[in-house]
Amino acid sequence: MDSSLAPQLSYHDDPVVPLRLLEPDGTLAAKAVSPMEDEQVFRALRLMMLSRAFDAKGISLQRQGRFGTFSTVHGQEASVVGSAFALDPSRDWIVPQYRELPALLHQGLPLEQFILYFNGHPAGGRIPDGVRLLPIQISLAAQLPHAVGLAWGLQLQEIDGVVLTYFGDGASSEGDFHEACNLAGVVKAPVVFFLQNNGWAISTPRSRQSAARTFAERAPGYGFNGIVVDGNDLLAVYAVTAAAVERARAGLGPTLIESQTYRLGAHNTADDPTRYVSQEILQAWSDRDPILRVQRYLASRGGWNDDTASEVHDDISRTIDRALAAARAVPPPTAKDLFEHTYAELTQRQARQLREYDL
Amino acid sequence: MLEAIRDALGSEMAADDRVMLMGQDIGKFGGIFRATDGLLAKFGDKRVIDMPLAEGAIIGSALGLAISGLRPVAEIQFLGFTQQAFHQIVQQVARMRHRSRGRFVASMVIRAPFGGGVRTPELHCDAIEAQFAQAQGLKVIAPSNPYDAKGMLLSAIRDPDPVLFCEPLHGYRFIKGEVPSSDYTVDIGKANVVREGSDVTLIAWSAAVNLALRAAEVLSMEGVSAHVVDIRSLLPLDVDSIVAAAEKTGRCVIIHEASLTGGFGAEVAATISSDAFYSLRAPIERVTAPDAPYPLAAAEQMFIPGVERVLTAARRTLETQ
Repeated sequence: MDSSLAPQLSYHDDPVVPLRLLEPDGTLAAKAVSPMEDEQVFRALRLMMLSRAFDAKGISLQRQGRFGTFSTVHGQEASVVGSAFALDPSRDWIVPQYRELPALLHQGLPLEQFILYFNGHPAGGRIPDGVRLLPIQISLAAQLPHAVGLAWGLQLQEIDGVVLTYFGDGASSEGDFHEACNLAGVVKAPVVFFLQNNGWAISTPRSRQSAARTFAERAPGYGFNGIVVDGNDLLAVYAVTAAAVERARAGLGPTLIESQTYRLGAHNTADDPTRYVSQEILQAWSDRDPILRVQRYLASRGGWNDDTASEVHDDISRTIDRALAAARAVPPPTAKDLFEHTYAELTQRQARQLREYDL
Repeated sequence: MLEAIRDALGSEMAADDRVMLMGQDIGKFGGIFRATDGLLAKFGDKRVIDMPLAEGAIIGSALGLAISGLRPVAEIQFLGFTQQAFHQIVQQVARMRHRSRGRFVASMVIRAPFGGGVRTPELHCDAIEAQFAQAQGLKVIAPSNPYDAKGMLLSAIRDPDPVLFCEPLHGYRFIKGEVPSSDYTVDIGKANVVREGSDVTLIAWSAAVNLALRAAEVLSMEGVSAHVVDIRSLLPLDVDSIVAAAEKTGRCVIIHEASLTGGFGAEVAATISSDAFYSLRAPIERVTAPDAPYPLAAAEQMFIPGVERVLTAARRTLETQ
């Protein structure tokens, strides 16, 4: 039989090289041009460092019983900040999961709101008016259809705006991922699916989530494009996301971005990654630290030295302390908070149950 | 019944250009029951939208559409299929207002027909409304007649909170009733006395109300005056009206199509026994489907409650002195 007529069923799993603009040593890759001005890179770096510092502070407070269980961004700062910087908070939306603190801050969420939320205070769920951000999502991938609906709704009403939604390699195994991508392709929603492949879903490795060589290559099955980017490279993440946002804004539909990064910390403060992560892998990724990479880059351009580092550190410490103080100043929740905002008005039964708290 | 629903959808779309319909086969086909017949031609494909076959995407994207400022009315072909979107309805839609402390509200309606007796294939007609009655933040309503269907649907679309609007499959076409062509609403969260009586109280919702009314007719020929209450809204529940109806006769029969254990009748019975205990003159009766999965069509008449079982239960409560 002619071999061209034989069914071709083998899967091509040649490695895919992620897009990279900035090398781990802080030099630009061959032929690369930075998509960001130095001033913008500096602001992004400050936010990345704020995130790292908050992670450390949060873990320390959690260990003292003064902060709730939360998930650090540690290791993924370029991925989160680079993507968030590609949005315009005055018209674009973020639909988050729960590991994207600096993106929420960039969008306009006050840090004390985040602290309140992870301290378990109901008021922490409130996103201030005008901040284009949906609440943190705990039910993995459930936010993806919301992002598509929101983006599609903006499009139907001819409101200028793009929606970027975050999720991870683990969440991509959920049915909501498939349903959301499929719908987004059908209606050409102005949405960017930003998949942070950080290697782990708690203790389940990336290899147990999918046999596909990349997550990005699922996108063509939904009628749009997917791209793999070095998630520890601020400049590349920014460039890729900005291009996806531009496409969405131009009415060309969704993009799936797979940002290949690594969770250097634990899943959350209740996790113990020493049970399943090898020290060698951790060391290899620590050598590709996204913050060091940007500091080296800026230093080579004269925009970073010991003095600026110490100024930024002091500034960040003050910012965090102020936010912690503001969160501490919020009175503890009352019984009213249990019932309020369930509906526009209390039901007959709720009103009675609330009165029982006062007896 | 269907005409009343179509009338409500069409008139509200004409009155409020934020209102949009989304679901499977609702466009050219007009919906599998024709509830949206003619609306695509009238309002166009940006407001009457055929969706991919994915209940989770329909409900999840409706939530996003609502946040964007639109008022989606999503049709799920059968209430049984809402299970495919259960987490979106219960965790996401119902709780969005509460989680965001009022910043974001899922102002949307989910329409879904339910109930047996119409020989559907498996998994179509299960009466699973009680599963949603624990979803605080959601309103769960189930009209029994065309007048209420139109008035409650208009209320649901205008309601700032999300509403699960359960339509009675049994009687979708044959339940007739006067429906004003004018704009009117029926309050959500209010029960309705559909027949005044003094000897025994029959409590039901959706298609079971018509069963209760048929039983009341038979009882009246036996000289028994039945008081029939349509609770209309499971969540929020009109506790005062139900308690008043129970106190009126002291003898109560609750009828629903779901199985006994964990059915919403248990909630109604518990409410009556705590709030109207000293007025009760007989144990509260529940007429329900048996505790078994919904059977295939040839066996369903044994499964769903019929008039005879309602009569037996009513007579038993009347025997207690």
